[in-house]
Amino acid sequence: MNETGDQAPQFKVQEPGVFTAIQDLGRPGRRIAGVPPGGAMDRFALAAANLLVGNPAGAAGLECALTGPTLEILDRCVLAVTGADFEPTLNGRTVPGWTGLFCAPGDRLSFGGRRWGARAYVAAAGGLAADRWLGSAATYLLIGRGGLQGRPLKRDDVLHRAGAAPRPLVAGRELPQPFRPPYSSEPELMTVAGPQLGRIKAAGKRLLFGQPWTVSSDADRMGYRLEGPELPTTGADVVSFGLTSGCIQLPPSGQPILLMADGQTAGGYPVVGGVARCDLSLAAQLLPGESLRFRETHVETAQAEYRSRWAALARIR
Amino acid sequence: MPRAKEAVETQPKTGRSSRRFKITPLGDAALYVELGQRVDTALNSRAIKLAQLLQARRDVREAIAGYASVVVHYDPEQITAKGLTAAVQKLSGTRADSVPPGRLHRIPVVYDGPDLAETAQALEMPVEELIRLHSETTYRCFMVGFVPGWAFLGPLPERLRLPRRKVPRKQVPPGSVAIATAQTGIYPLPSPGGWHLIGRTDVRVFLPNSDPPCLLRTGDRIRFFPA
Repeated sequence: MNETGDQAPQFKVQEPGVFTAIQDLGRPGRRIAGVPPGGAMDRFALAAANLLVGNPAGAAGLECALTGPTLEILDRCVLAVTGADFEPTLNGRTVPGWTGLFCAPGDRLSFGGRRWGARAYVAAAGGLAADRWLGSAATYLLIGRGGLQGRPLKRDDVLHRAGAAPRPLVAGRELPQPFRPPYSSEPELMTVAGPQLGRIKAAGKRLLFGQPWTVSSDADRMGYRLEGPELPTTGADVVSFGLTSGCIQLPPSGQPILLMADGQTAGGYPVVGGVARCDLSLAAQLLPGESLRFRETHVETAQAEYRSRWAALARIR
Repeated sequence: MPRAKEAVETQPKTGRSSRRFKITPLGDAALYVELGQRVDTALNSRAIKLAQLLQARRDVREAIAGYASVVVHYDPEQITAKGLTAAVQKLSGTRADSVPPGRLHRIPVVYDGPDLAETAQALEMPVEELIRLHSETTYRCFMVGFVPGWAFLGPLPERLRLPRRKVPRKQVPPGSVAIATAQTGIYPLPSPGGWHLIGRTDVRVFLPNSDPPCLLRTGDRIRFFPA
């Protein structure tokens, strides 16, 4: 603890929501041990929330899946809510998302209900204190490390600030809608052809890129099993190789799996495509039953789009 | 549990390969470099060597050796996919001579797994023979991945090879020693699993308080012995 009170108690959890956990931008460099980077599913939204409150983009914040928590504010701060729209309210009054909000002790951040999206992010000036594991505060549920004791929030948890706010507490900074990712309830995800795309021949490729894919109920931070037309699977597995989030695996069922933030780091199913990093933000906002499409694109196009979207954050830096 | 194809192809081994790699993108910040499609120690050594060389580059974040491939995670702000592809291709003649043999781990196993008797029966051999065959082979760690600490160990002696269980178990305790197809392994975490559980060890392969948090690394050698 910091004696100057920099690590003051910031939030008391009155209601945790369905699944709310501390995330940052992840834990790079440990795939060698089978540990995926993890971190926020919608990296852009967490980065934006942090910048709106004056934090570095990768500070620890909250990822709130499906519903938001109810948080009592224990110390004055600026916070921001980004990502999905769960109708954030402050003391019962609707407040705008993607905007820095000033809060005083006794205030209450809550959420009216889900209007759109799957994951909202909450950042507070100074960031949130968390258990760091291998250089990151990201909650990694599989092994119960990082974040708050490696688990989602529960009622009566008290969240502390990681440190003093790096900037004066100025509210009102905003990222207007045109500068946010092009979220949609049926997004088209830019996808680079994968190493084993050739195995499903032209007919399979037409299906992969031509048909919508429904997110099944088997969808979590590790990956989404998708449902749609059965893709042809020719040949056996591949000798196991490294994987990354965005990889589209094709198991023998012919129904693809999209690997997400906590996805496995190795596998032997053919990989038919790789979703562009910036479009994983769009995938992160999908719920089971919603659909997505894959649109084939070149590596350079995907990288240029990433640069262009993240450049928007310079407005609030 | 992890799936890896068993060694089936029999291509003539080339001591020194100057064949060009097959390099394809894996999304927009990684490349998949394929050295071959076989479970083969020489190929795996070349993959390890290549990963080491690439890991040293400033524009590479992580280079992960697989059985017969390397996945290179790069920083697109520092190098283009084309530029890195060319740089990797230049290394296609690299030999693996300078890769020292991996560390040797001797791992005690209590051979009393819930599937031991059934597995011996399916393999048509006495339990003692299964234990002898499993513990007299030095295995190679071909890759680490899938879940934290999981090491793909093999190849298993031909006589011990069985398909995975038809119905996977919902929960396998960590430390379980198991076999399936041409592989053997130690479960690092409590997890579902479809392999045949033949024993258990007190040795933990997932080490959350170490960095890297795993005992076994790609290229290591593993010898089991009955405890």
